[in-house]
Amino acid sequence: MDRTGTPLVELRDISIAFGGVKAVDHVSIDLYPGEVVGLLGHNGAGKSTLIKILSGAYHKDSGQILIEGKEAHISSPRDARRYNIETIYQTLALADNLNAPANLFLGRELTTPLGFVDDSRMEAETRKIMARLNPNFQKIKEPVSALSGGQRQSVAIARAVYFNAKILIMDEPTAALGVHETKMVADLIQELKKQGLGIFLISHDTREMLELCDRVSVMKNGQLVGTERVEDVTEDDILSMIILGKNPKAAA
Amino acid sequence: MTDTTTTQTAPKRSFLGQMELDLRLLGMIGAFIAICLIFQFLTGSGGFFERLADGRFLTPRNIFNLTIQTVSVGIMATGMVFVIVTRHIDLSVGSILATCSALMAMTQTMYLPDWLNLGLGHAATPWVAILVGLVAGTLIGAFHGWLIGYLTIPAFIVTLGGLLIWRNVGWFITNGQTIGPLDSTFQSFGGINGTLGETWSWVVGVLATAIAVGAIWSARRSKLHHGFPVKPVWAETAVSAIVAGGILGLVAMVNAYQIPTPRLERMFDARGEVMPEGFSAGYGLPFSVLLLIAVAVVMTIIAQRTRLGRYIFATGGNPDAAELSGINTRLLTVKIFAIMGALCALAAVVASARLTNHSNDIGTLDELRVIAAAVIGGTALSGGLGTIYGAILGALIMQSLQSGMAMVGVDSPLQNIVVGAVLVAAVLIDIIYRKRLGVR
Repeated sequence: MDRTGTPLVELRDISIAFGGVKAVDHVSIDLYPGEVVGLLGHNGAGKSTLIKILSGAYHKDSGQILIEGKEAHISSPRDARRYNIETIYQTLALADNLNAPANLFLGRELTTPLGFVDDSRMEAETRKIMARLNPNFQKIKEPVSALSGGQRQSVAIARAVYFNAKILIMDEPTAALGVHETKMVADLIQELKKQGLGIFLISHDTREMLELCDRVSVMKNGQLVGTERVEDVTEDDILSMIILGKNPKAAA
Repeated sequence: MTDTTTTQTAPKRSFLGQMELDLRLLGMIGAFIAICLIFQFLTGSGGFFERLADGRFLTPRNIFNLTIQTVSVGIMATGMVFVIVTRHIDLSVGSILATCSALMAMTQTMYLPDWLNLGLGHAATPWVAILVGLVAGTLIGAFHGWLIGYLTIPAFIVTLGGLLIWRNVGWFITNGQTIGPLDSTFQSFGGINGTLGETWSWVVGVLATAIAVGAIWSARRSKLHHGFPVKPVWAETAVSAIVAGGILGLVAMVNAYQIPTPRLERMFDARGEVMPEGFSAGYGLPFSVLLLIAVAVVMTIIAQRTRLGRYIFATGGNPDAAELSGINTRLLTVKIFAIMGALCALAAVVASARLTNHSNDIGTLDELRVIAAAVIGGTALSGGLGTIYGAILGALIMQSLQSGMAMVGVDSPLQNIVVGAVLVAAVLIDIIYRKRLGVR
């Protein structure tokens, strides 16, 4: 793993508070092309909040976001998409009453020359990408409320992958999935890594994180406990960082 | 053995299933037809078939009146679909209608003649008045939308306030007086005072049939082009035939409604001619109905074929997802309520033109009729679901219930009790239907 060049993403000294609670407290992390960085921590540790600042859902109170070395101003999800940042949310963020193509292209519809939405072309594109991601996916025309958890997940993933993301944020991508579908997500992460994407991965599953990630950052109470390369730490080290909020290596 | 069973699981589909018609739409059309037949039976006399033949409900005259009475509520109901689909409500539509109507009436009878010296009956009068009304309605709606979207006041509260405010702004503008008679061109949007005549009605009917049938078949071609499954040719043909029959049947009905002879004589007099002996003519399609159809077509295109419509339904289905997908949901709210306001203004044109004057109580309780029409038409208050044609059918069902009961001589309080019960029952049936289908 080459970490000598310019990082793809650099979050510097990010803080955000809700009321009096410091949800994210002076956190700095970075991400290189072709790298998977895992964010770990208890519920309420601030992982999701930190990541939502990068995806434009929240506004940071202070700190800097650098994309490929240049300062980026992200104040809405639309801004984030302009920097090729795509997010798969824990809640999947799908409109249940719409079908898969409408969800996949939501906010970025393909249109005809007259400016009307081009449903047939979007359906055809959806069939193409689904054939690659999840060949079992058949219910293209049905509202996504009629789909299983895994199928809904593949719609959410397809949405992130289709638009040539450079930076991918995955918030608990396997939380609702069965064994087979979890494997599918793991394979996909490996494939996207090879293509040079940078991926932020949030999960509770420490073992899974050690398998999928190149580095892990642990947060507790809004603060960064530490960032370690996975080859340098054991599962126990990570667990003690999560629970005690202390980095055993830094203490040593 | 297992292999053979799996190959045979190609879905066996029923007759109606193959037509791929919306069951909810079929249900509503069925309810409408049932209502028509019941009142036809009750208004007739004699035996069963005699009653069905000579009832007063399905006469050209009543069909004509039914359509023009539906227009005002129907126009507003199409806008209410967007409002309810995005999980809002608009209680102020009847009052906005009143304010727009008051403004348009005053523009015609006072502002233009007195301030700009355009006499009564000047060619520009009706168009300036309509423009004033549309601008006012759009601005009021947009203002409501801004309060709801940007200042995050609940729509229920904003429009409840609007219900009181705009009703009385209308009163204030006119000092509570009835303003009329309105400009004669303006009146032609009301129904009976502006119709196409028989020949042009047939032209419009045939054109509309050609467009509708053409659309059905071009959609089929587009599906085939992309290699998607299509329904069998006989099913497409059957649907086309039903659509054509419906359109041309309506034209035949309104053409059969004869203009009374004294009125025809006056029309000939106005042109300085003498009416030939035995001359007769039908009314044909009213302009107001054409206006409703145009509104329905435009609103359906917005709902199904534009980004605006896609965002409206996405926001209704999951507001958070819409926001995270980069949709500006606040501005969207402003747009939705602005459309609603503009449609209230259009409805005000039709309503005041039909009465030939503006009166203080115009549009009273219309908000409830409009919401009921949208809900009977299958718009879910939980958001994300609803159709334009459903809302118009809902308005038509409500209107036919009400005029039918009036014709039969049901007491006024009982009429309202029945309409209220039908509203609740319609929603119950919808809930049961959705549960059966496993749809949310």
